Amino acid sequence: MKLIIYFRCFKGIVLREALRFVHQKERFFSALVRPLVWLGIFAAGFRSVLGVAIIPPYETYIPYEVYIAPGLIAMIQLFNGMQSSLSMVYDREMGSMKTMLVSPIPRWFLLCSKLFAGVFVSILQVYAFLIIASLWGIIPPISGYITILPALVVSGLMLGALGMFLSSAIKQLENFAGVMNFVIFPMFFASSALYPLWKIEETSEWLYYVCFYNPFTYAVESIRFSLYSQINLEYGIGIIVFTIIFLFLSIIGYDPGRGNLQKKGGK
Amino acid sequence: MHAALEIKNVTHKFGEFKALDKVSININPGDFTVLLGLNGAGKTTLYSLITRLYNNNTGSIKIHNFNVRENSSNALKNIGVVFQQPTLDLDLSVEENLHYHSALHGISTVDASSRISEEIGRIDLNDKLKSKVRSLSGGQRRRVEIARSLLHRPKLLLLDEPTVGLDIGSRQMILKHVKALCKKGDLAVLWATHLIDEIDKGEKVVIIHDGKIIESGDVSKVIKKTKQKNIREAFNKLVGIKT
Repeated sequence: MKLIIYFRCFKGIVLREALRFVHQKERFFSALVRPLVWLGIFAAGFRSVLGVAIIPPYETYIPYEVYIAPGLIAMIQLFNGMQSSLSMVYDREMGSMKTMLVSPIPRWFLLCSKLFAGVFVSILQVYAFLIIASLWGIIPPISGYITILPALVVSGLMLGALGMFLSSAIKQLENFAGVMNFVIFPMFFASSALYPLWKIEETSEWLYYVCFYNPFTYAVESIRFSLYSQINLEYGIGIIVFTIIFLFLSIIGYDPGRGNLQKKGGK
Repeated sequence: MHAALEIKNVTHKFGEFKALDKVSININPGDFTVLLGLNGAGKTTLYSLITRLYNNNTGSIKIHNFNVRENSSNALKNIGVVFQQPTLDLDLSVEENLHYHSALHGISTVDASSRISEEIGRIDLNDKLKSKVRSLSGGQRRRVEIARSLLHRPKLLLLDEPTVGLDIGSRQMILKHVKALCKKGDLAVLWATHLIDEIDKGEKVVIIHDGKIIESGDVSKVIKKTKQKNIREAFNKLVGIKT
């Protein structure tokens, strides 16, 4: 199959996702309001309670708002990834997922394109958030606005692939709502999004290990370092490994022979 | 000439439940074939196997000699599908939906635009091109789905209960349109239904019941073979419905 065919398919899937995003304005606003509430209310309340020592990539003491900004960016991507997979469960229940799956283009490519489309939308949301966050004084180096991009792509892919795998494993929309609670909240809270890992280690060692091996921590820290134009290899490699694992699982999940579609018998 | 669709000895199970049992069907180019069966007979499972939503673990399914499992890309290129559930994106316009489908088949935007205007003209919905799908009636949505399934010029059109839930006028219009498409060229059609009044004499019918093909052939021959007056009575007799 020619390369141009793949490109047209990719373009079509991204365009559809973008159009859906434009048509669903409330989705855009809710995606922005959520982290802004955390930033404006939660962070303001906690800044006096929590002191953050100087830790890389920061070179000086920072206000709490600055510390949680990367976590909130990852939160946008986490919600977007889950929402995107929620729409896949909906599409599958409603039937429109089938339209994509019966395309002659290989299924792995279709799923990857769908993932990239979701990441593209999440990046738009992140940049909108960064613009508004600058009003709170969260202003990274100018180069950070560019160097954050690769981290956003990889973390978006990882969280999207996780959502896609969950969507393949879940039978009905109602079940998915439950999984959201069991995935989103534990992932977010048991990570370095709201508090640094060393602080967690001081409180509880086992919780520290939970947070340390939580894929979401790798997304948060990759974003944090890249926002300050730095690379942390440990987190960088970790996030790529998690992305490959989740992507592999989601492609298997949607494989007509081995996957969960077959087991579910018709959904 | 290769068969448009050749299914040989396909059995499919969901756990212990046998949804299809040694199914074999042959459809030639230009044939309009009705797959007739009650709800739950195995029609949708069969369609899912033909379109490779599931893999067939036994037997073989070929579309114009391309095996669906081994050469799925070429096989799927030749299939147009209208699923039982509506599959249009309600929040997008008719045109956006059709462009999306064209992209999924790797058709260029320019080429897609000309094909869209041709197909949309054929179903007489030119004025609805920019409308959101949500604003269309059930019958109009179905017609758009048929137009969409033809955009990539398939040689086999699969329709899974396409007229369920539609009023009589829309049903007749859709049935007439698909039969006309079939007569015009080499397009083969497999039309799954449980509505017996959608079958005309002179057409081909495949009767499926509890996952098994219990009769197939020309409608008139099936009527004759079962010694009944019409296809409804023949069907009732074959599946054991007492009237």
